[in-house]
Amino acid sequence: MSVTVKIPTQLRAATGGQAEVEVEGSNVGEALDAVFAAYGDLRERITQDGTLRRFVNVYVSGEDIRFQQGLETAINEGDEVTILPAVAGG
Amino acid sequence: MSVENLKCKECGAEYELGASYFCEQCFGPLEVRYDHSGLDAAEAKRRIQAGSRGIWRYADFLPFSGRPGDPLEPGLTPLLRTDRLAERLGVDAEIWIKNDAANPTHSFKDRVVAVAIAKAQELGFRTVACASTGNLANAVAAHAAAAGLESFVFVPSNLEEQKLLATGVYGTNLVGVRGNYDDVNRLCTQLAETHPWAFVNVNLRPYYAEGSKTLAFETVEQLGWELPDRVVSPIASGSLFTKLGRGFQEWLDLGLVEGEQPAFNGAQAEGCSPVATAFAEGWDVCKPQRPDTIAKSLAIGDPADGPYAVEHARKTGGGIDAVSDAEIREGIKLLAETTGIFTETAGGVTIAVLRKLAERGELKSGEKVVAYITGEGLKTLDATRDTFSMHEIDPSLDSFDAEFAAQEVSA
Repeated sequence: MSVTVKIPTQLRAATGGQAEVEVEGSNVGEALDAVFAAYGDLRERITQDGTLRRFVNVYVSGEDIRFQQGLETAINEGDEVTILPAVAGG
Repeated sequence: MSVENLKCKECGAEYELGASYFCEQCFGPLEVRYDHSGLDAAEAKRRIQAGSRGIWRYADFLPFSGRPGDPLEPGLTPLLRTDRLAERLGVDAEIWIKNDAANPTHSFKDRVVAVAIAKAQELGFRTVACASTGNLANAVAAHAAAAGLESFVFVPSNLEEQKLLATGVYGTNLVGVRGNYDDVNRLCTQLAETHPWAFVNVNLRPYYAEGSKTLAFETVEQLGWELPDRVVSPIASGSLFTKLGRGFQEWLDLGLVEGEQPAFNGAQAEGCSPVATAFAEGWDVCKPQRPDTIAKSLAIGDPADGPYAVEHARKTGGGIDAVSDAEIREGIKLLAETTGIFTETAGGVTIAVLRKLAERGELKSGEKVVAYITGEGLKTLDATRDTFSMHEIDPSLDSFDAEFAAQEVSA
């Protein structure tokens, strides 16, 4: 599947300024791995020991993946995967 | 003595004082750091006591170099000892109610918004915004109006009507989002990237959160420069809860007060209890929930400071409890009947947890317990509907006597 991964402004230095990255993958984990393969600096910022850091939220087409199957959440052609900081609100 | 910079609570990375809120290295939350070296506690107390009649008396401990002008200054709300409530609870602890509904827009949110808007002005923003469960919407709309700033207020579209009306009146751009608070919050996190606005609880959140410390400062000052033994506070995002702790700690560290951190008891609604669940399960993260509770002002299913709230409750020997909607309604009534204070559902949650603690024997004899009432009952009137009935009579003595014939009326 080809999906778009949206990168928060503050991390775009690590993607050469790109706001969106097009990658292949059948679930969220695979899509993120593909992003890290292209932009290695992002892996450590977003994950720790193979899981998402505790203040990172990931959404597939607006749905928090923690309400689905986490990094195993399946993605469909054309889905948007959004990475956002979890420290807003309240 | 001055405000230094922003520091990541997770990894310690430091950032300049600007409109940023999370760490680019690890996504952790940023917090304001101060340099209080050389502070003389006695002199600091004198400055406070000679200060304004509101939160700006604590300006030395807030993220500004001077004292901001503020036409709607919140703070110095009543702290009342209530023996009638203690008696109804069957405890001989001292029960104190910090009534923070007595703020300009009737909730504790005036504190955080006053700080955030002063910072927004200092940073040169012309438009302020927020993601809100209602009380924050009221406060942002009002303080923006007073400061002459444009505002955008985002709320779940199914919010209590009273909170919508009490926001729209200030002439804000009121945006009802078809979704729950966590959807609103996600949208605002995205909007904060694309719009040059000061979102008080997104890109200005490190400053905003500092405003909650003033509730701790006031408590200490109003108790005669003493710490309570225990506090009971509602938890939505966990920001108020953790900043109360930080407020007490700053003054302990600086010698403005002596003793130790109070035990911290957090209060959530069963219909939205991710922090209470994490506490009970021993987790260091909160599993998000889809809220379903009458306590809409606490209905945050994905609480940003949840992990820190859990940590603080554990560290201080407190706890975090959740109560049902029925218990929330009873809590509102119990407070009203014993103190004359009418609180919104969040206050009902707090009082219901206070009651649980009393029933479990956790309120010790003689200890000073402060319960934080964060909002006003008139904003959630539906919660009291059908909890009592009205006597309807004709305008005649006979009608009155007939209605009350069976009831003993005291002179």
